[in-house]
Amino acid sequence: MTTDLDVQVWRGDSAGELQRYVVPRGDKQTVLDVVTYIQRRLDPTLSYRFACRVGMCGSCAMTVNGKPRWTCRASVERVAEAGSLELRPLRNMPVIKDLAVDMTGFFEKWQEAGGRFVPTSTRHDPIAVVPPSSPARQAADAGIECINCGICHAACDVVAWDPAYQGPAALNRAWTLQNDVRDGDHGQRLRAVASGSGCLGCHSMGNCARYCPNSLNPTGSIAGLKRLAVKAALKGEL
Amino acid sequence: MSLRLYVLQRLTALVMAPLVLVHLAVIVYATRTGLSAEAILGRTEGSLFWAGFYGLFVVAAAIHGTIGLRTVLVEMTGWRGGGLDLAMLCFFLAVLVLGLRAVVIVT
Repeated sequence: MTTDLDVQVWRGDSAGELQRYVVPRGDKQTVLDVVTYIQRRLDPTLSYRFACRVGMCGSCAMTVNGKPRWTCRASVERVAEAGSLELRPLRNMPVIKDLAVDMTGFFEKWQEAGGRFVPTSTRHDPIAVVPPSSPARQAADAGIECINCGICHAACDVVAWDPAYQGPAALNRAWTLQNDVRDGDHGQRLRAVASGSGCLGCHSMGNCARYCPNSLNPTGSIAGLKRLAVKAALKGEL
Repeated sequence: MSLRLYVLQRLTALVMAPLVLVHLAVIVYATRTGLSAEAILGRTEGSLFWAGFYGLFVVAAAIHGTIGLRTVLVEMTGWRGGGLDLAMLCFFLAVLVLGLRAVVIVT
């Protein structure tokens, strides 16, 4: 193991540039440890986001050597090619400063795609019984562990081509709600996602599934939405 | 892409899948057996089957290809609106007319 890491970090907004830092290697060091070292020891003006440091909050995603990753669970040993790191902000979102991006548009797309649960009962009703073995529950289960990190959104080439495209995270959320038997907005939500800016715009390239840190498959979720949309269209419901 | 165009493109793909396989088999058969142009025309002229087969192929391909080209243009150039619709209608009609003309000539 070499003793030092050669780290290039994006500084500034979208018109910024890479700046070089030398960071000592450590045992079980993560990419987030490297960024934190730079901010605390070398350059306190470096901006970046993190919170939980254990892969739950989804706030520390960055582009590491060209690939979108959650940096708190990306070990330097695994991702640092030839002892060097290039850290940039996530793609497809405006850069606020350095490694922090503006995720406003990302979350607005969740709303556009009907990402809000619409209850059909109140707290006075009995708790809904959803059999874990039911196909709808299993379909929802497959996509429900999303931590909103934005990695799939950054990895998606359709988002890069068409800024209006709702993107894999928002559509994955819509798919889990379409499979939630307690939700009362299936029709409206399907209308919201059944367009070129919604699920029909997906080319099934699978970058979202490839880079999802939680091994979810948004491409599969979007394919499910496409099936629902086509069935509804053939029945004349859309 | 609207849902209507999406469904239409999938349905035309379903139609074309077996037609493409038969078309490829015909090409392989014609080239392997060394059929001359006259021999091929002798089999296709007056044939309702081949007129229907390639007529359907041309219609499905014209619809399918136009929707695909429209999607590529929207994504790569950002072109949208009435101008795009008109251009795509012209492309569709050109493919349709040229294709059906070829079918009429050989059958």
